[in-house]
Amino acid sequence: MNKILNKILVLLILLGGFFILDAREISVSKNGIVKTIKQALQLAENGDVIIIHEGYYAEGNIIVDKSVTLKGVNFPIIDGKGSGEVFTINSDFTSLYGLTIKNAGVSFIAENAAIRLNEVTGCKIIGNRFYNNFFSVYLSKSSNSIIKDNFIKSSGQRETNSGNGIHLWYCKDISIENNYIFGHRDGIYLEFVENAEIKKNYSKNNLRYGLHFMFSDRCVYTSNKFENNGAGVAVMYSKNVEMISNLFYNNWGPASFGILLKDITDSKIEHNRFVKNTSAIYIEGCNRISIKKNNFENNGWAIKLMANSSDNIFRENNFISNSFDLSTNSRSNFNTFEGNYWSEYSGYDLNKDGVGDVPHHPVRLFSIIVEQQQASLILLNSLFIKTLDIAESVIPSLTPEMLIDTKPMMKVLK
Amino acid sequence: MISIKNLDKKYGSLHALKNINLHVNPGRVTAIVGPNASGKTTLIKSILGLVKPNAGSIEVMGKVINGDCSYKKFIGYMPQSAKFPENLKVREVVNLIKDIRGTEPPLANEISEKFNLTNEMNKLFRTLSGGTKQKVSALIAFMYSPKILILDEPTAGLDPVSAGTLKNLVREEKERGRTIILTSHIMSEIEELSDEIVFLLEGKIHFEGDIESLLSNNNNEKLERIIAKMMMVEAV
Amino acid sequence: MNVTLKIIKYEFSNILRSKWLIIYTLFFLAVSYSLFTFGGDSGKALVSLMNVIVIIIPLISIIFGTMYLYNSREFVETILCQPISRKALFIGVYLGTVIPLSLSFAAGVLIPFFLSGNYDEINTFLLLMVTGIFLTIIFTAAAFVIGLKNDDKVKGLGFAIFVWLLLAIVYDGIVLFVIYIFQDYPVENAVLALSILNPVDLGRILFLLNFDISALMGYTGALFQKFFSGNAGILVSSASLCIWSALLILWGLKSFDGKDF
Repeated sequence: MNKILNKILVLLILLGGFFILDAREISVSKNGIVKTIKQALQLAENGDVIIIHEGYYAEGNIIVDKSVTLKGVNFPIIDGKGSGEVFTINSDFTSLYGLTIKNAGVSFIAENAAIRLNEVTGCKIIGNRFYNNFFSVYLSKSSNSIIKDNFIKSSGQRETNSGNGIHLWYCKDISIENNYIFGHRDGIYLEFVENAEIKKNYSKNNLRYGLHFMFSDRCVYTSNKFENNGAGVAVMYSKNVEMISNLFYNNWGPASFGILLKDITDSKIEHNRFVKNTSAIYIEGCNRISIKKNNFENNGWAIKLMANSSDNIFRENNFISNSFDLSTNSRSNFNTFEGNYWSEYSGYDLNKDGVGDVPHHPVRLFSIIVEQQQASLILLNSLFIKTLDIAESVIPSLTPEMLIDTKPMMKVLK
Repeated sequence: MISIKNLDKKYGSLHALKNINLHVNPGRVTAIVGPNASGKTTLIKSILGLVKPNAGSIEVMGKVINGDCSYKKFIGYMPQSAKFPENLKVREVVNLIKDIRGTEPPLANEISEKFNLTNEMNKLFRTLSGGTKQKVSALIAFMYSPKILILDEPTAGLDPVSAGTLKNLVREEKERGRTIILTSHIMSEIEELSDEIVFLLEGKIHFEGDIESLLSNNNNEKLERIIAKMMMVEAV
Repeated sequence: MNVTLKIIKYEFSNILRSKWLIIYTLFFLAVSYSLFTFGGDSGKALVSLMNVIVIIIPLISIIFGTMYLYNSREFVETILCQPISRKALFIGVYLGTVIPLSLSFAAGVLIPFFLSGNYDEINTFLLLMVTGIFLTIIFTAAAFVIGLKNDDKVKGLGFAIFVWLLLAIVYDGIVLFVIYIFQDYPVENAVLALSILNPVDLGRILFLLNFDISALMGYTGALFQKFFSGNAGILVSSASLCIWSALLILWGLKSFDGKDF
């Protein structure tokens, strides 16, 4: 009786597993019947759940071409042993939960990943741990997938032999949420991605960029933390990007940025905090960006604005104790500054409306000198330079005369 | 006691002392007189080592002074106008000098009482009058009863009573056999106190000798007249 | 030396009664207290404090030193008539000025620092203290040289302020000028040499680099950082400060020794 029922079930699954709600479970454990994941995958059918019990599985190059769910119990360790990939997912609707994946192989030819999603849709990678992988999560031409609650750590020493934490290439509608990414080349990398939502991630101590994206339009980045990455965050050649409520902290070094913006248009950078970055925002060739309600504190440069940028709006930001609030390489200005708070502002407010009565010139003469002669930075904080700056602010002769905040705020904006 | 040979001092283009040769005898009071800017104070300061001469040598008590400061323990000095650090108390300066010399001044109490300084000891110098400062200066110079006393205009700024006290001190020290050099513009004072006189004019010694013979050679005219005459002769 | 100690002691009791010294202490107390309390993180507060120190200490030391030397002329004359060598007296008067000034500065910054209860930056704070004291030593010695070379008080004071302006402001103008003139050459070493020659700049730069400001300077900064954080840099910087101190003190001593009072 049972055997017949089983056969019918198998038949039904084979015919169209998608209609079956009760998925089968396959257990993998070191002392069970099924001892390896590969074995389990051979047995599995679409829709099955493979439970991987605690233990050490020295298995690499696992190819998943069935829509299964892989669930770890107490984080079983799957070790790729440094050769090739660990999981290559070729089937839609595949999910991976609670696994520890180690040692996807470093290679100069192949971009080996701990988990690669290869032209799939509807996949989930949730609550896994990644250690010392070349690339950790790699999505290639995939869509509608979720990468969430993962802990990703690598100990790359050099950019050349280190891959990215989460890498997306030609993807669409991806959600990346609440992941911790440490010690990769780029924490999160997106190229030719549309409609991605990157939320509440923490990207720290990555060798190059905490977040790096190019040609990725209509993506939203909110409430992420980017800390102490080699060069901060780089954002290039994209449109309609929203970066909101992120923290850019301590991206400090000769070529580090909070955010480097290159050829970005029609985007929003709002409610972010930039603390102790060498350059909080570097803007080159960008148009129509709204930079609003951000806090810039204790940065080397709060904003480096290159002359090929125009129609950007800087409004209601706080500029507090930065070595330079703003530097630019041109005497003309095609951007708007209005209603910001500048801790450097020395004007007065006679009518007590909270708005300074004289406009503020945020570009110091010294920032222009430094732009021309790097070595002159050695004179920072010198009384001579302060004297020069005061003289220049009285009669602007080298700084952009029209680059002014007409409504400088008297108090820090909340 | 003090012997000066070929002493020469220039302040820039000003030739203050020109080849001075002088011998100050022990146990005598020698007055140095001369008009203003004749080099009196420079001569005194050279002996004290305050001014560094350009040429010549000074011997004090048989030893050439040359950077060595030990001979100063035999000298008491009252400068022309007494000035002290404003924020120090009289007692502190007196104590400092005691500390430097390393011995107790035998006459300190006696002289303080004579000048009524006992109650001034704990006052700051900036609260003292010019006269009181001058008395402190006298105290400092006399309290060790030094072998040599150098007094630059000692009675200037003192009230008559104190001036009298000071003169008595000079006499007492003379009786003790001390060698005393003083300058003054008051000729009666010089006549009263001195044994010998040195007349200085434009950095040169024009007369050197004892007062008695000077007076007798000039028909016992007043010293003031004799000195005035000497100046007139020079001027001609 | 024993006599020198006595002179220092007396100078001390004189100078400690000076209201300027009290104002000087209160000034540092107020500045450091407000910076440590309201200045945000302690690193930032220290940078701001250092900016005040490298300007104020040279200014006050050179003016106070010159004034003080003029005012203690009578004292010097009185004491010189006593059996004391000129060298001992000079050292006594000099240390009697430098020590109270240094203590006054040290008290003014130390008390707020301890009150702040934040000792994370203790090394940097010590660097600040040492720099401040060296600047006091150097600029008081400079003041003494100026005071001894000029008998006219107004001239002396004018000269003192001129020297301060020269080292605190004009010098940096010259550095900037050099940077522009030689912009086609690797100018870093020349700038480095120039900044080591000026004790004010040296103090400022040592501090800048201690706070990683070098990152703002790119390659140049890396070079400076490497120099100043390496043993050679520390050695050269300390040597520069010591040589300045020694030269000026010796010059003062020589002037004092040959001076007519």
